[in-house]
Amino acid sequence: MEIHYLTAHQLKDRLEKRQISCAEIVESIHLRIEEVDDRLNSYIRLEKESALSRAGKVDKLIGAGSDIEDFMGIPIAIKDNICTKNITTTCASRILENYIPIYNATVIDRLESQNYILTGKANMDEFAMGSSNENSYFGTVKNPWDTDRVPGGSSGGPAACVAAGEAVCSLGSDTGGSIRQPASLCGVVGFKPTYGMVSRYGLVAFASSLDQIGPLTRDVEDCAAMLNIICGHDRKDSTSINVEVPDYKSFLKADIKDMRIGVPKELMVEGIDREVKEAVCRIIKLVEDMGGIVEEISLPSLEYALSVYYIIAPSEASSNLSRFDGVRYGYRDVEARTLREMYRRTRAEGFGDEVKRRIMIGTYCLSAGYYDAYYEKAQRVRTLVINDFKKAFEKFDVLISPTSPTTAFKIGEKMEDPLTMYLSDICTIPVNLAGLPAISIPAGLSGSKLPIGLQIIGNVLREDNVLKVAYSLEKAIGFTGRPGL
Amino acid sequence: MERISKDDVKHVAELAELEFGEKDIEKITSQLDRILDHVANVSSVNTEGIPPTSHILDIKNVFREDMAEKSVTQESALKNAPDEANDGFKVPKID
Repeated sequence: MEIHYLTAHQLKDRLEKRQISCAEIVESIHLRIEEVDDRLNSYIRLEKESALSRAGKVDKLIGAGSDIEDFMGIPIAIKDNICTKNITTTCASRILENYIPIYNATVIDRLESQNYILTGKANMDEFAMGSSNENSYFGTVKNPWDTDRVPGGSSGGPAACVAAGEAVCSLGSDTGGSIRQPASLCGVVGFKPTYGMVSRYGLVAFASSLDQIGPLTRDVEDCAAMLNIICGHDRKDSTSINVEVPDYKSFLKADIKDMRIGVPKELMVEGIDREVKEAVCRIIKLVEDMGGIVEEISLPSLEYALSVYYIIAPSEASSNLSRFDGVRYGYRDVEARTLREMYRRTRAEGFGDEVKRRIMIGTYCLSAGYYDAYYEKAQRVRTLVINDFKKAFEKFDVLISPTSPTTAFKIGEKMEDPLTMYLSDICTIPVNLAGLPAISIPAGLSGSKLPIGLQIIGNVLREDNVLKVAYSLEKAIGFTGRPGL
Repeated sequence: MERISKDDVKHVAELAELEFGEKDIEKITSQLDRILDHVANVSSVNTEGIPPTSHILDIKNVFREDMAEKSVTQESALKNAPDEANDGFKVPKID
């Protein structure tokens, strides 16, 4: 297989056997980027020179007999809303076009300690708001499987570059499905850990009670290895959970005999493509053949999850994004003569349409006279969603559903109708509201050769069950498809 | 039913420190109206005795010792400033 399509654990194996050098790995990724990125636009910024010099350093360390860590010398793309010291972090927004962080996000410090290689900053929907990556100030990302189609969003760049061999893996962020949905549409693995397992320090905040960083990889083994690096308590994030971090790789066992698997019927109904539904049904059969126990379950409050999300997320966003005012960093309208004029023009010119729309929804839902009816009510209904999941997990080890109701849709298809676009996240959003861990793994291809994703949801802090089922099904499904780029 | 009027949108824009042209106001009013109409279905849910969520786990306030630590330098804090003067951020006059 081409070097650019090897996984991190395959590359580690070759590095250990001295069959390959880190410089060769990096060069093959660079060649691949040159070959395909004009067509995909996965990256906002490339870090070619620094990657080559880091590769030289890694080769020296290996030559000197250093132990090889899981991500040592592995080219990794980072979503452009995760702060990288001295390297622009734009959130795909004009307002942060020239922003250069003075510190690293905690996840970046952790990867640095592994001697990873940063390929570049990956494209995304502006401030992670979107389901198609069409909301980027730096242009739409194309789906590697069909460049007339969207890669999903908001982590469209991180998903496309892993699917196309422009990086071995990547880090994205997931607020309502932003890792899992693009992973599904691009045919890769994407994981959103339990809320609080990964530090959000240095992740530019969108909706603080929902945001979580996670990996996009080409297999479940790389995903577990990456969780080992990025999970763990961080005093710089007060919402970070202080619990012991297990060895996630120890859960990679292909055995789901007697595991109890629930299928929420609210996630299998209207709006789901026939082919997507069929793929999930095939997997249910597969699970039963492997000795798993599958049953349908109802979580009635999920009917309101989308509404709850589109009240809470924009509300938190409107508050978080108030910091972008042209004073301390980012774009400023220099023509304005007074402070308030400067605020308004800076924000009107610096933010794109979808970001403004969400700031408006959020500001409205938090404003005097509407707070109780919208924001507080939504937080109460959110508790009901959490309670429904709690009840479900008394009976089941994991829940499964489609990740996305459809395969990748055409660029431009949903841009005129925000509400229809919002429905793309109907299966992933409830998971964020309850803070649960969930993965999307490739479940096969549609008739028109587009990837279909399966979502596996676990109880809070039960990443073990999610990984176990994901690993078992990955082996059973045997997805080996590659985009024909 | 109309949930939000053009005047409401103008008022909310003011609260959010945003501005829209007349044509855009029309478009965003109809978009917000449709979105708010959809999300308003939460009002039909019975939430009597159900508390609002604050953290998905039972984490309450997190405290630490209040100790002075090394922080960023003034120079690096100003590194991204659009405009600066006398070691501070410079802004247009406050009206």
